Amino acid sequence: MNLGSDRLAPRLLLAVACTTMLCLLVIALFIFKEGLPFMVKVGLGDFLLSSDWRPDSGHFGILPMIVSSLWVTFGALLIGAPLGIAGAVFLAEFAPQGLMRVVKPAIELLSGIPSVVYGFIGVMVLAPFIRSAAGGPGLSILAAAIVLGVMILPTVMAIAIDALRSVPQSYREGALALGATKWQSVRMVVLVAARSGLLAGVILGMGRAIGETMAVIMVAGNAVKMPLSALDSARTLTANIALEMGYATGMHRQALFATGIVLFLVIMILNGLAGAALKRGSLKRRARGR
Amino acid sequence: MNSHKLSQWAAVAVLAAATALILAVLAFIVFFVLEKGLPQISLGFLLDRPRNMGKEGGIGPAIVGTLLLSLLAIAVALPLGVGTAIYLSEYTRESRLTKAIRFGTDCLAGIPSIIFGLFGYIFFVTTLRLGWSLIAGALTLAIMILPTLIRTSEEAIRAVPRSWREVSLSLGATRWETVRKVVLPNALPGILTGVMLSFGRSIGETAAVIYTAGSSFRLPRGAFDSVRTLAVHFYILAREGLSTEKAYGTAAVLVIAVLAVNATTYALMNRFIRRRSR
Repeated sequence: MNLGSDRLAPRLLLAVACTTMLCLLVIALFIFKEGLPFMVKVGLGDFLLSSDWRPDSGHFGILPMIVSSLWVTFGALLIGAPLGIAGAVFLAEFAPQGLMRVVKPAIELLSGIPSVVYGFIGVMVLAPFIRSAAGGPGLSILAAAIVLGVMILPTVMAIAIDALRSVPQSYREGALALGATKWQSVRMVVLVAARSGLLAGVILGMGRAIGETMAVIMVAGNAVKMPLSALDSARTLTANIALEMGYATGMHRQALFATGIVLFLVIMILNGLAGAALKRGSLKRRARGR
Repeated sequence: MNSHKLSQWAAVAVLAAATALILAVLAFIVFFVLEKGLPQISLGFLLDRPRNMGKEGGIGPAIVGTLLLSLLAIAVALPLGVGTAIYLSEYTRESRLTKAIRFGTDCLAGIPSIIFGLFGYIFFVTTLRLGWSLIAGALTLAIMILPTLIRTSEEAIRAVPRSWREVSLSLGATRWETVRKVVLPNALPGILTGVMLSFGRSIGETAAVIYTAGSSFRLPRGAFDSVRTLAVHFYILAREGLSTEKAYGTAAVLVIAVLAVNATTYALMNRFIRRRSR
């Protein structure tokens, strides 16, 4: 009986191990099957480069949503990337170990809070503040960028801390031995050695920001038009899908799946870039004899 | 003080300020939600069913729906995740296949939840004709949490010392017996950490669930009934402006649940690390 299960186990486990690839394949297949014929029929130009989105009269241009997604994502990076990397550098290089033990779970908590809660706080606190301080409707690109900037902090920080920690201690010691201050050794040696990993963290944070849906729906305002300033209301790609999925049929529904394809491809490219950056970082270190 | 020391001080001050700001934002979010929400929570609120579209009453069915959906998703994903982790760490060397599996896992982990929602809707709800249901939502969530489960399980399994496996094998145990009786029991706390992380993610998920599990107010009577999770209920309350008080109450319940899940995860992880270092 034992021999039987011993022969069976590897095969069964191999089959199980292939489920992730299978899932990925089926997901891609069904999203593409639903959206690709639409893209062909409407034409890529009229889909990606037109800013006329009126599904009832057959106009399906998602350019405003693409532009809004980019604005919101870069805004989020502008806030989340420097803040996250600064926090990671402080925790990994300067803070006492005890502080790390307190802060790390706190950061994880930040990533555990549901996105709808972030969105709600954006609506209740941030949007009114922006409305009174800077004008405009409040629910805006700026509000979405701030909320998303906070939401990507855990991703950016976790990967940045890993990258900083994987820099060999001897690098720091070498710099210090040459008379550098701690900050000089961090700035000129550690940050340079860890830059691929830091970049990977930022790219993954970017993926998270582009893909975030519920928080953005709540705070970005969702107006279907080309945004002209950071205080304008805007609708992102993800928001467009989630808002209209409930009632869309026929061509309209296919258009939403086609929007999903655009999103899917962008995320895949970003993940590929992040993976390449991480690999480059570890390869370089190995090549240097570590 | 020379200029190098000065720039060192300035840099550390800026970095410390950034860290303090991050913690302040976190503290603000938690305290704001609890301060507004805790007064809304009562036993009646937790047990009652929502009335008048959620403007009155409680969130009882949503709590039940959230738990059922999360547990069902974990029940589906856990065997797959642990199985994959065992295969990757015990039964194979690094090869093109393992690279492909890892790549698939990473990609799956990066896919935004709205894409899972789209997929779950077209595949489980429409193509497989499961309708807006507990089962369709749970299967969608299961795929979503699979990468987390694989990663944490693999880490936990790899952390079991190699010598323990060698001892077991040298005593005449087969590989499968070694996996079952030596590796898995010792990796259990680490695997449970992954389960808690997945549980936390399932509780807060909205975009993937709203178009697969639906948003029925009623208690589900079976796997094919639609359910409304806490996060979906909260989203609808907040977005449609039905009741700010009830929304705050629901948000507080969500945040408390996430706090509890994180605390448990952390405790488990610490126990795991302490055992390892002994």
